Amino acid sequence: MVFRIGIDIGSTTVKVVVLGNNNEMLFSHYERHFSQVRTKTAEVLRMAKEIVGDAQVQAAVSGSAGFGVAKVTGLPFVQEVFATGEAVKRWYPGTDAVIELGGEDAKIIFITGGLEERMNGTCAGGTGAFIDQMATLLAVTPEGLDQLSLQYQKIYPIASRCGVFAKSDIQPLLNQGANKADIAMSIFQAVVNQTITGLAQGRRIQGQVAFLGGPLHFFKGLQQRFQETLGLSPEKALFPETGLFAVAMGTAASAEESAKPMDFQQLLTCIENSSGEMGGSRFLPPLFENQEEYDAFCRRHASATVPQVDIASYEGDAYLGIDSGSTTTKLVLIGEKGEILFTYYSSNKSNPVDVVREQLIRIRTLCEEGREHPIAIKGCVTTGYGEDLIKNAFAADAGIVETMAHYRAARFFNPKVDFILDIGGQDIKCFKVRNNSIDSIMLNEACSSGCGSFIETFARSMGYTAEEFSKVGLFSKHPVDLGSRCTVFMNSSVKQAQKDGAGVEDISAGLCMSVVKNAIYKVIRAHSAQELGEHIVVQGGTFYNDAVLRCFEQELGRDVIRPAIAGLMGAYGAALYGRDMGWQQSSLISLEQLRHFTHTAKPTVCGLCTNHCNLTVNLFSDGSRYISGNRCERPLGGKNREQLPNLYAFKLERVKKLSAQRNPDAPLGQIGIPLGLNMYENLPFWHAFLTTLGFDVVVSDVSTLEIYSKGRGSIPSDTACYPAKLIHGHIVNLLEKGVKAIFYPCMSYNFDEGKGDNHYNCPVVAYYPELLHANMAQLQEIDFMYPFLGVHRRHDFEKKAWQYLKQYYPSIRLSQVRKASAAAYAAYNAWGEEIRAKGEEIIQYCREKGRKMIVLAGRPYHVDPEINHGIDRLITQLGLAVLTEDSVAHLVEPQKVDVLNQWTYHTRLYNAAAYVARQKDMELVQLVSFGCGIDAITTDEVMAILEEKGRLYTQLKIDEINNLGAVRIRIRSLLGAMEERENTRRAAENQKASDLERQPVAVGVGR
Amino acid sequence: MAMKQNNSVQSARVPVAQFTPEMKKTHTILIPMMLPIHFEMIEHVLRKNGYRTELLRNEGSNIATEGLKNVHNDTCYPALLVIGQMMDALHSGKYDPHKIAFMITQTGGGCRASNYIYLLRKALVKSGYGYIPVVAINFAALGNDSESGFQITIPMLYEIAHSIVMGDMLMCLHNQCRPYELHPGDTDRVTNKWIGEINRILDGKASTLAHRLLACYPQIVKDYDNIHRAKERKIRVGVVGEIYVKYSPLGNNNLERFLISEGAEPVVPGLMDFMLYCVYNGIEDQQLYGGSRKKTIGSQLLYRYLVGKQRQVIKAIRKQGSFNPPGCFADTLEMVEGYISKGVKMGEGWLLTAEMVELIHSGVDNIVCTQPFGCLPNHIAGKGMIRAIKEKNPEANIIAVDYDPGASEVNQQNRIKLMLATAAVREKEKKRQAKKKGNAFRLGAGFSEREWIC
Repeated sequence: MVFRIGIDIGSTTVKVVVLGNNNEMLFSHYERHFSQVRTKTAEVLRMAKEIVGDAQVQAAVSGSAGFGVAKVTGLPFVQEVFATGEAVKRWYPGTDAVIELGGEDAKIIFITGGLEERMNGTCAGGTGAFIDQMATLLAVTPEGLDQLSLQYQKIYPIASRCGVFAKSDIQPLLNQGANKADIAMSIFQAVVNQTITGLAQGRRIQGQVAFLGGPLHFFKGLQQRFQETLGLSPEKALFPETGLFAVAMGTAASAEESAKPMDFQQLLTCIENSSGEMGGSRFLPPLFENQEEYDAFCRRHASATVPQVDIASYEGDAYLGIDSGSTTTKLVLIGEKGEILFTYYSSNKSNPVDVVREQLIRIRTLCEEGREHPIAIKGCVTTGYGEDLIKNAFAADAGIVETMAHYRAARFFNPKVDFILDIGGQDIKCFKVRNNSIDSIMLNEACSSGCGSFIETFARSMGYTAEEFSKVGLFSKHPVDLGSRCTVFMNSSVKQAQKDGAGVEDISAGLCMSVVKNAIYKVIRAHSAQELGEHIVVQGGTFYNDAVLRCFEQELGRDVIRPAIAGLMGAYGAALYGRDMGWQQSSLISLEQLRHFTHTAKPTVCGLCTNHCNLTVNLFSDGSRYISGNRCERPLGGKNREQLPNLYAFKLERVKKLSAQRNPDAPLGQIGIPLGLNMYENLPFWHAFLTTLGFDVVVSDVSTLEIYSKGRGSIPSDTACYPAKLIHGHIVNLLEKGVKAIFYPCMSYNFDEGKGDNHYNCPVVAYYPELLHANMAQLQEIDFMYPFLGVHRRHDFEKKAWQYLKQYYPSIRLSQVRKASAAAYAAYNAWGEEIRAKGEEIIQYCREKGRKMIVLAGRPYHVDPEINHGIDRLITQLGLAVLTEDSVAHLVEPQKVDVLNQWTYHTRLYNAAAYVARQKDMELVQLVSFGCGIDAITTDEVMAILEEKGRLYTQLKIDEINNLGAVRIRIRSLLGAMEERENTRRAAENQKASDLERQPVAVGVGR
Repeated sequence: MAMKQNNSVQSARVPVAQFTPEMKKTHTILIPMMLPIHFEMIEHVLRKNGYRTELLRNEGSNIATEGLKNVHNDTCYPALLVIGQMMDALHSGKYDPHKIAFMITQTGGGCRASNYIYLLRKALVKSGYGYIPVVAINFAALGNDSESGFQITIPMLYEIAHSIVMGDMLMCLHNQCRPYELHPGDTDRVTNKWIGEINRILDGKASTLAHRLLACYPQIVKDYDNIHRAKERKIRVGVVGEIYVKYSPLGNNNLERFLISEGAEPVVPGLMDFMLYCVYNGIEDQQLYGGSRKKTIGSQLLYRYLVGKQRQVIKAIRKQGSFNPPGCFADTLEMVEGYISKGVKMGEGWLLTAEMVELIHSGVDNIVCTQPFGCLPNHIAGKGMIRAIKEKNPEANIIAVDYDPGASEVNQQNRIKLMLATAAVREKEKKRQAKKKGNAFRLGAGFSEREWIC
């Protein structure tokens, strides 16, 4: 008898099966390998010894981490999707499609109707590992997550594209107090959406579907979501008991053909001896050569402390700062001189309100009970992600944006500080300081948010606490170079390093290095230490990790200061702010009230506009409530505040109005136009053109998440920008409206505004209709017209458009096209004129009223509310008027720039930046869609134009992500920086004024 | 795609260092490597025209690191690598920074790749090397910058064009021998020998250059055919994609070597196709958007001339009979009809789709479509067209692979292995079917089909 053994070594687990002669399963076992790939594999194999004995075996290896093992041992390697296919053929006949989720891979195999095998792309990230990460985030085990999910009531939209995005959606939900069960199920739904979008790509998953792999085997909630989303009846959805082992089984079955028979002992030996080979991974120099070096390092950093005073012996007033961060809660109580009386730092266990309440009781008790002279808390200031929630819950005196809190703390600590880097759980923030005010603020983008919490989740997934994990890395001999892009990529790099035999210590050190490189090169974008300045203060919980600190110093080649309270700087800064406000009494609730304090959170959907924000209503014991998750002020109850002008809203209204102009009796019938990408600007042109020709123009509805969902099955490239991906939904929307013809021209060239070297559209805008044609089968059934037209050459345009259109509508005459074209150009020009006029009107209004303005510079399609997620309204809510780039770009001479200035839309950005740089009451905020390759070029240039004139540059990266938490912080930071600068300027002017010895000129200064 | 040194370019922020005519004697122009065979000959052309040059061959993880340090991290991978390779060379201490210049190719039109030269200048200025001149090599715009001491003259262009034709020929034959060679190193030896030979021929008089090269064709094919090769037929895998990651081993983690180690034969379409694509786009633009036809006469002549060159190579390989000739651009042009419009002209544009279709038509069903992560044109012409290609050619077995400084090799290789596993099964199936019919199975079917096309 020859046994067949299949070994499946995935990213997280080892699975081994032994098959008998008739493919009957004699042994199966799986275990997490915690990156000890070879040891664990041998261990699991040894368990099979009892069954196999000394018989001959044929063994093959599969799985992402199995590749390396196969190479070294000489065992045959079976690609895992292929192995799954083999397994399905043998064990689950009659299956039409297979969905298999592994630790970090997702696969789909279509069997009936043409065999097709697909794996997730590199960006789509993990699945099993993703669920693990999310479980850690919710502070439950993966099994606990599953149990929670079964009690769900509602599902929140969570970005499904990649783990990092999803995390940015989940974290704020947690902080807002949303129900954990709902979040758990939403996580599973995100996995389902991702699988369907990323893998099925338009091909329908139907018939008998087998669900295989670990996550689908263990998580009932996930099974439920898949079944429901795909609309499968119970008998059509197959969740086989052996699903977990499908790859191993298929591998074993293939071993029959490919593997040489050998002794079982021989197999064991060859796996056990396979270690030691180092492959493609790259390694870095160690962090510390020896213990002495480490000790010296520790001594140096130990000197950076803040005086601490025992609260029991302290007499005087105190000020409290609460930093409710994304993953941790920090409290600091300080005395009048800034001395520390009390500190608290802990994970917020996904309910920050409870954590804060407990600590407030402790603090109040320490301050008030059993003391001769009670300490009076004169101010309480909150900051961080949960700033508003905590402030409302406990009636704190004020809330400040976290960037300002950090700056205040660092400045107190080192008055000469000129650079601050803060790496927290989810954010990286850095500020350059010049002339006592913040010169520029850089925050990480949604994409690179793999910061502190990333190391923590990773540590736990490998069976360590964050602290242990970082300690392990300190003396790694060969830290692995894991790259510096996003965490999903890091996961894969870790996988590779494990394959190459890297130990936990090497991975730990490597991860720390990645976090640091990410901060320096992605967020700060520094070339050298000189650029950062002389007095660098690093802070944030992540810097408690000595390995991270060391990496940072090594990479920078310079020593930095890490305050002993590195993780508490936000809270400390908030407390300092409270102290400097000079309040007489704090509004913070009393000890008695704290003891009776209760808090419940209820999710609800706002129905006040089409945005349908997911709100969380927090109810407190005193009957007050706090609503979070809102994007505008409406659900908070209408106070009639001044409506600030908003050109984004104006443009959207105009587009809507135009879309509503129909012509039901038109002789040529209906023609559809998808409202997205360049159509946001060209709609007036094409609407007038087609209406004049005699069409009834049907414009698709304004984007919503629902419209997006309808089309996302046919998106072939997941890394394209969100505005492009939305178009698929618009096509479906048009088809649902019953149009039989859609007009959406390809446009290499845009209108020539004469301001750049050329007037291209970007490749995605230019050619997306081609992609739609190739990927949306529905378009074959109607007249999908996507001619290449060049509106930059009017005369030729008319001829070419006519030649094209008459193929479909033979009755159209060239003279008609000429007339239509005249109307089109007129409409387009009038449109631009109207926007410019409106822009001037807004500027005039704001100047009269003394309002500040933000030029929200992006692309025409950023007007789409599903793309900008209401950022324009958020800005007006914060008290600033909103202008667009195209409303001010004409106000300056064409700019000289250091890049190839060849795209019409992008040229406007440079001009807008140059204009804003000369206006005292304007700031520029650039909207950048994730995946916009061209903005990698424009952002640097826009920043250079602004900084040349000493202005602030703020960039907001937007995607499918729906959460404005980070955006709010950025904009408030911008406001804070503007205020600081204003104050510094005023102080300087006052100084000057008093130097001039009370000359009458001084009157009015500081007004 | 003409890149004018327009007045609106260059603010005072980034001063431009000129490559003065005097520098021709004093400065070494460093050229980043892309295609090892072709670039050696192109470099030779520059040298014989009086420039001091050196091809950058530095490798290692530091290149990507330097790229990340010096270029916006969301810029495409080729920019990171090319600029990273230059910065790495600068920091190696091997060169006197006051005695070097950098060369960078400029292609892409509406694609952001057209901005590489500006990104390089910015990176140099930021690192304190603003005085190092950068020269652009751009075939579509001759003598673009009259002040520059670096001029691609018509005779030089003529020689470069021939280097590309020869490079394509050697690469095509090399790839068909290397996986099968019985004595490791034989193929490299033949290739190196011919690079040397061709360089010598390039040194001769320009007027007889074409003739002298053509005379070598039979001997080149024969030399490759004389390499002792295994008789087995391996799975042929086409490599298409963004030009840099498609060709450069640095960009695609040594894809060709990996494919060979996995028992496959790489099939890589030539560089001349890309040149022809650029030339053709000028003609297509006039047809799509209007304008004077006269202005495209030059392009049309050049187009016809270069296609003729390609045909000569194909003819020589076919005549000898041992190897599959490369595709001819004129056919590729026709094959893409019905898939994507030829108006898609940014980056590799329609050519990318066309190359996939061309490969399938010539019997190479297995294709790796390579692109930098987030490559804009490839969203459309690469990944965006795979579905349509598979629909019309059910035998197509295409895998799209993204390249990026953070992307792990394991992930990339795993996906390529999936494609290879599928290929192996299909190959087996084909053999079984063929046996059933009692016909001897012949690999490279479609070969005969090609004959009447070209």
